[in-house]
Amino acid sequence: MNVYPIRTSDALWFGAGANVTATGNSYQLVSTQDHWTLEERDIYRIGNFAAFRENPKVIAEEVYLEEYGNVGRPEYQSFFTGEHAYPKQAWGMSIDLTACIGCNACVIACQAENNIPIVGKSEIARGREMHWIRIDRYFAGNLDNPSTYMMPMACMQCEQAPCEIVCPVAATVHDYEGLNNMVYNRCVGTKYCSNNCPYKVRRFNFLQYSDIDTIQFTLMRNPEVTVRNRGVMEKCTYCVQRISDARIEAKKVAVAAGSQDYVIDDGVIVTACEGACPTNAIVFGDINDANSRVKKLKDEPHSYYPLGILNTKPRTTYLARVRNPHESLEVEGEG
Amino acid sequence: MQQAQRLNTPPVDTGDAYLLQGETYTSISDSISNVPLTGPLKTPRGWFIGFTIAFALLMVYFVSIAWLFIRGVGIWGINIPVGWGMDIINFVWWIGIGHAGTLISAILLLLNQSWRNSINRFAEAMTLFAVACAGMYPILHLGRPWLFYWLTPYPNTMGMWPQFRSPLTWDVFAISTYALVSLVFWLVGLMPDFATMRDRSTHPLGRTLWGIAALGWRGSAKHWHRYEMASLLLAGLSTPLVVSVHSIISLDFAVSQLPGWQVTVFPPYFVAGAVFAGFAMVLLLMIPIRSWYGFQAYITMRHLDVMAKIMLATGMIVVYGYFMEVFASVYSGNVYEEYLLENRLFGPSAWAYYGLLFCNAIAIQPLWFKRVRQSIPALIVISAIVSVGMWLERYVIIVISLERDFLPSSWAQYNPTFWDWSLYLGTFGLFFTLLFLFIRILPMINIFEMRLMLNQERQRAAWYAEGTPKPGSHKGHDDHGSNPEKRTTGATAAGD
Repeated sequence: MNVYPIRTSDALWFGAGANVTATGNSYQLVSTQDHWTLEERDIYRIGNFAAFRENPKVIAEEVYLEEYGNVGRPEYQSFFTGEHAYPKQAWGMSIDLTACIGCNACVIACQAENNIPIVGKSEIARGREMHWIRIDRYFAGNLDNPSTYMMPMACMQCEQAPCEIVCPVAATVHDYEGLNNMVYNRCVGTKYCSNNCPYKVRRFNFLQYSDIDTIQFTLMRNPEVTVRNRGVMEKCTYCVQRISDARIEAKKVAVAAGSQDYVIDDGVIVTACEGACPTNAIVFGDINDANSRVKKLKDEPHSYYPLGILNTKPRTTYLARVRNPHESLEVEGEG
Repeated sequence: MQQAQRLNTPPVDTGDAYLLQGETYTSISDSISNVPLTGPLKTPRGWFIGFTIAFALLMVYFVSIAWLFIRGVGIWGINIPVGWGMDIINFVWWIGIGHAGTLISAILLLLNQSWRNSINRFAEAMTLFAVACAGMYPILHLGRPWLFYWLTPYPNTMGMWPQFRSPLTWDVFAISTYALVSLVFWLVGLMPDFATMRDRSTHPLGRTLWGIAALGWRGSAKHWHRYEMASLLLAGLSTPLVVSVHSIISLDFAVSQLPGWQVTVFPPYFVAGAVFAGFAMVLLLMIPIRSWYGFQAYITMRHLDVMAKIMLATGMIVVYGYFMEVFASVYSGNVYEEYLLENRLFGPSAWAYYGLLFCNAIAIQPLWFKRVRQSIPALIVISAIVSVGMWLERYVIIVISLERDFLPSSWAQYNPTFWDWSLYLGTFGLFFTLLFLFIRILPMINIFEMRLMLNQERQRAAWYAEGTPKPGSHKGHDDHGSNPEKRTTGATAAGD
């Protein structure tokens, strides 16, 4: 709805004599998310602070009790015997749902960092948003005053990635640090990887979204990130350009000191979403490093990953949301 | 050789003969070979009308492809999460249709079902054209279709091979093998008839061209012997393909971990569905053509009856597959699998699931009755419903599963666009253009196999006239024509 005609510079914030009448016309509104209930799925975990302080494992135990009938979960079986070895770094991420306020700063930071094209309303209406990280929003409880759950969701960098085995041209492959890399030049665009991705975090260039003809736009873009053409799949890379940058710098330091072994200190690599997060909900680091922040967060008893039953072993994990509302504010059906 | 006169009154089709009374070797050769041998100016007007419509649709196909190449797959309705839409639905639908042809030409040959002789070539041609229509889709559906050859293993400077764990790589081999073997089988089967055409053609150009196509076929016993061997070998090669091609296509889905796709019953269920859809299409095409070209004596009510029976049998296997899907969903104890059934029954695209149950499970039930199986209007209606139903089945499997998978935040609807439909319509243009060219240029019924069948019918009649034969009392007594010696007797090329 365009209200600028009644917002004159004389009175920007006040107007008089305006009427609202139904025109009978319809107007298309678009959204990147069309379904807002959790459908009773173990995606977003939540618990109360009092119970959590008593037993830190209570949140997971509640879920397992419901799913498996006891407080532990059975060991998942896998056809894939033998773990992949990640002798140096193994990158991982932890997202704290207690801290996330759903401000979308990570979405915009990611868009700016990774040259993500803006596709416009008509494409959003078709369900073709390109954001590599999104804030999933779920509602629960009373319809008049629902509880809102915010969940940042990007590529989980699964160790057993369902996308990789179905790609016929090996355009999405694992690297030695456990990243699930997308090779744009190799991608022919079957979209099978997206179909097989349980988190639906892959984004496809259905049309030529990036304007590569307007020469001025090159100044706008991050020179360290490939601008994608139509027909290729893309997704969160854990800001692989920043990882590479840090690795090169670390190697330079090591070589100067006459050593072959380089060290990347915890906190040197900051992903775009992490850097933009005002509440430090997102933490990135090396999970091979026992002292890294991310490793410590992953060892927390309320750390989990959604759709654990699929056993995809994602590198991104979540910290369940721990709430401590005042009794008078507690909404019925919350929790 | 006995040369009976043709009857003056047309024979009555009582529904229990594969070849109507009154046919002679000459009449068979005449009526079938006359269609392609007719001069261009004497082509039936109906053919021109049909070909014009088909050719116009072929242009729609080319325009749709051109626009697709210019703009990208975004002209379709696909999105995230529904990455495959009508492109893959139509691919599976078309390739399924082809399977009836291979079943008829290969499996029924190995099983000595000589009734297949009169529908064999047409069904095999239908297979080839359907595979052509299907085979284009996996290329067109790519984001960068000009790089489709990256799916094939070839030495290249990138040092890359395809990723062999992906079912899409298996598809490349399955479909290309299928197309190649079907084409070779079809061409080998045409050779003796090319010779007949060469011998009957009066035009020098026709004689030359048919002569080249016949590859020097003289109809000697040695030729026939080798021909029979080649046919059997190719039939042996084709038989596993009937099963393997659609099994592998079903693995495109079964290998994934998406609820509604990862179903272990898929391979046999897809193969049965393919044969089911294929026979529906054979009936749909053959019923009008047999009456337009007056081939009722060769493609009898008994043929239609038998094909309807196969349709019913495979249809019931498909219905069993539906039950298994429901059972797997309920029995899984898995919230995502259980939701799949709920979504099919009550979700936003439930119309497709109910439509599929009606078309593929309920509409075929009248085929239990012989009266329905031998009623042409009923067969046309049921076959058309089945063709729609099998399209809906792929819609249910592909689209409904993708629309609502694991995370409710990603759920979205799929809405096909104009270009989705125009490309689909366009493939009909490709299919029917090829089909019309085929029935005009080539003998659409296998001439020598029909003569063989006539010979068998006569021998059988002779035996019955002598009294019921004792088993083994007649040397070479064989109703099915598996004896090469006897096949040769009735099937000398241009012998009449």
